[in-house]
Amino acid sequence: MSSAEALAAPGAAPARFGPSSRVDLSGLVLIACGLFLAALVGLPLAWLAWYALTDKDGALTFANIARLVTDETLAAPLKVSLIVATSVGLISAAVAAPIAWLVARTNMPGRNLVRVLITASFVTPPFLGAIAWEILAAPNSGLLNHWYRWLHGLPPFVHLFDIYTVTGLIFVDSCYAFPFVFVLVANALDRMPGDMEDASAILGARPWRTAWRITLPLALPAILAGMLVAFLRSLTLFGTPAILALPGNFHTITTKIWSLFQYPPNPGLAAAASIPLLLLTILLLQVQSRVLGRRGYTVIGGKASPPRLLHLKLWRWPALALCMLVLCLPIVLPYFALLKAAVTTTIAEPISADTLTLKHVRFVLFEFSPTRLAFQNTVILAVATATAGTALALVVAYATARKLVTGHRALDFLATAPIAVPGIVLGVGLFLAYTRGPVVLYGTLWILFLAYLTIELPAAYQQLQSAFQSVHPELEEAARLSGAGRMRTLRDILAPLLKSGVLAAWCFIFIGVMRELSAAVMLFTAQTKVISVVIYDLNESGDLGAISVLGIALLAVTFAIVYVAQKVGGGLARTARPA
Amino acid sequence: MKQFRTELRPALAGIIAIVALAVGVTPGSALPEASPVTPALVEAARKEGKVVFYTAVDVEVAEKVGAAFRAKYPGIEIQVERSGSERLFQRVTQEYGSSIHNVDVINTSDAAHYILWKRQGLLAPHVPEDVAKHFGDNADPDGLYATWRATLSPLAYNTKFIKPGEAPKSFADLLDPKWKGLMVKAHPGYSGTILTATAQISRELGWDYLRKLGQQRVMQVQSSTEPPKKLAVGERPIMADGNEYNLFTLKEAGNPVEIVYPAEGTPFIPSPSAVMAKAPNPNAARLLQSFLFSAEMQQLLVDAGGLRSLHPATKEPAGRKPLKEIKLMRDDPAAVVDKVEEIKANYAKAFGT
Repeated sequence: MSSAEALAAPGAAPARFGPSSRVDLSGLVLIACGLFLAALVGLPLAWLAWYALTDKDGALTFANIARLVTDETLAAPLKVSLIVATSVGLISAAVAAPIAWLVARTNMPGRNLVRVLITASFVTPPFLGAIAWEILAAPNSGLLNHWYRWLHGLPPFVHLFDIYTVTGLIFVDSCYAFPFVFVLVANALDRMPGDMEDASAILGARPWRTAWRITLPLALPAILAGMLVAFLRSLTLFGTPAILALPGNFHTITTKIWSLFQYPPNPGLAAAASIPLLLLTILLLQVQSRVLGRRGYTVIGGKASPPRLLHLKLWRWPALALCMLVLCLPIVLPYFALLKAAVTTTIAEPISADTLTLKHVRFVLFEFSPTRLAFQNTVILAVATATAGTALALVVAYATARKLVTGHRALDFLATAPIAVPGIVLGVGLFLAYTRGPVVLYGTLWILFLAYLTIELPAAYQQLQSAFQSVHPELEEAARLSGAGRMRTLRDILAPLLKSGVLAAWCFIFIGVMRELSAAVMLFTAQTKVISVVIYDLNESGDLGAISVLGIALLAVTFAIVYVAQKVGGGLARTARPA
Repeated sequence: MKQFRTELRPALAGIIAIVALAVGVTPGSALPEASPVTPALVEAARKEGKVVFYTAVDVEVAEKVGAAFRAKYPGIEIQVERSGSERLFQRVTQEYGSSIHNVDVINTSDAAHYILWKRQGLLAPHVPEDVAKHFGDNADPDGLYATWRATLSPLAYNTKFIKPGEAPKSFADLLDPKWKGLMVKAHPGYSGTILTATAQISRELGWDYLRKLGQQRVMQVQSSTEPPKKLAVGERPIMADGNEYNLFTLKEAGNPVEIVYPAEGTPFIPSPSAVMAKAPNPNAARLLQSFLFSAEMQQLLVDAGGLRSLHPATKEPAGRKPLKEIKLMRDDPAAVVDKVEEIKANYAKAFGT
């Protein structure tokens, strides 16, 4: 603040900031960013369309598209995917909304613990959760089914759960999709002013009636938005169905697209099969913005009075118990299963002094040759993508939030568009785009970098755009009046003010890259393997012990780097403030 | 004559090899001259400093092979890339399609791959001394590849759940409704072992058998190394296909698994290895290929890997049924090579994925 005031003071060191002393690079930077974004998103999609619509000789054909409808082996997976995604959307909303309400609007004890556990399920890669649920709920070897039989004295092969079914897939998908709904709804409830609820209470409505008639309708846009996010996540997810659907002899659209890339590869059909996924995503996002208006969800109004907490009285403890019970499903049980698999010889054995072993730990750390290279690749990619992605999102968000250039709408569109491209589709597109000239990137880390950058950009962009909107332009105007160029204003004025938003965007991308599988599985080579792909490979040969060790290591590394980033970033923010 | 050499010879060689295998005769050594491991080769390999080995063998066995190579030739780093045979084949196709020449030595359990690669000129001739001496029947006559290891795809059951007398004894027995929902098998789209086995089973028993098996709600996993593991943890009590070597190692480690060699014959799966023509480390690649066929490595495959070796100097541990006492299905990669797509399509129809 003080620096801005100093700059705003008339005549403050004008010579240093003379407009003519430096060329304003901002225009060039913005044009470069725009072109880069257009290529980043446009090129893979153009290749996808080309492959879907041409035959081997390059002539126009609709044969691939027609097969989507006529070929039962393509139509059936699409149907399964729609059933799964719809169910996941509904279940996630039904589970997350009440928990969000309890956490944001009641005096339930342990609210922070609940938030922390939900964050942990957000960081857990869904494919790791799926493998953990295999260990827990495979019909015969699953631990839960073991306990069930033992408890009731039942014979072998009687089981309570079968995870290799559509229901099982819906369940595991929901476990790792509901945090998205929770975050949106809890944020909306946090920001929602308490006036109307107060009015309702004053007029004599009982608390439950207020919650039902006032709070719920106010939170509804956020719930709907969350449902949509959960639906899209589930529709485009690759790892979980690949792990759970194939053993149950069925495909989803993502595993089908991937199988079309196996030998003998059929890129035309794979590209065509990607199109419904792409169109549906675009369509739903359009519907969402129509329904919720241009301002997006969760924005309800200024803060008038802080929300009132509902006193649950005796219901406090049952409410907490219910939350904990729900959180057992994505967090407590799966991590217990992974830990157990990591330290016992086979998962069928009970934990005892005889069965405890460091075999898997030793194997992964010292004998398994991909471990080091894959961790190295993963961390390099995650750090590079987070850094470049944050920088790019920052520039684009600045241009669009401040409406700097005439084409800012187009920039906004380009930075948001990748949200409509499922990872596996992008993987197919990038593979088609960068395996032939002029730029061959397949086989290098660059192609993975581009994939991750494209996938993670929209989230970072949205984060930073809202951060920009919270900073009034007058500070920048003051700097510009004092003669600072646009880039310098960005660096000296806005950057320090936006530090926490930038840090959040960086961590968000970083976590996203560490857990990404669907694009990587299309694009890796032996030299450019990442951990998620290594885990996926090990799962195909059933090495659960090694997977568990790698999965736990992946989480440890993720948390450690995020922690360091928070420390370093926080430190920078502190030192920047007094200056 | 030239036509004959380029087009028919691989097929003919395959047939000769199969006949030789079945009858057990050596058709004289038609192999090119052997290239021994000379100090010069070791030195050249050391200069390259690295070798990349793509293999479909079980990941723990693969890492043991890597460790043995490192111990024998310190200073040459070996990168072991394990994946399913069909996945490796796709990987090489994908990488070579983009002119990425990453792999030095390759091993898959689908012998048809080598016929295709040979046609495409992707393999380099290299005849290790042990191959020249002992693998005449099981090596490519042009010295491009040889059978590094072999295994079978038998049936098996978990003894905790099924008594020996009640276990299925043949493929036909698997169609009994009482086994519905109780079997596990691997996928020919991923595993070369299973593709080879599926080719042999469909030839001997017809697709009708596999279609009926598809109605038995069989649990479908990817790698042929996984059904034995699922069997051992009791996820399913019967294995409808999968490899023999993981069964050996699991059984010998005390897991309750028992092998059944089906009455109709057991699919025999040879698993060749070869040096790539565009190997980035050609000397280290030759050194590794020679090492792979040495008696010590072959014995390691048998002892630690549970694999079948075609090296006569290897000794089978007690308790494993000798190969010559087992009724085998004939392997015929030359007949499979152009039918891969058909096999996969038929399979997808029968099993749903």
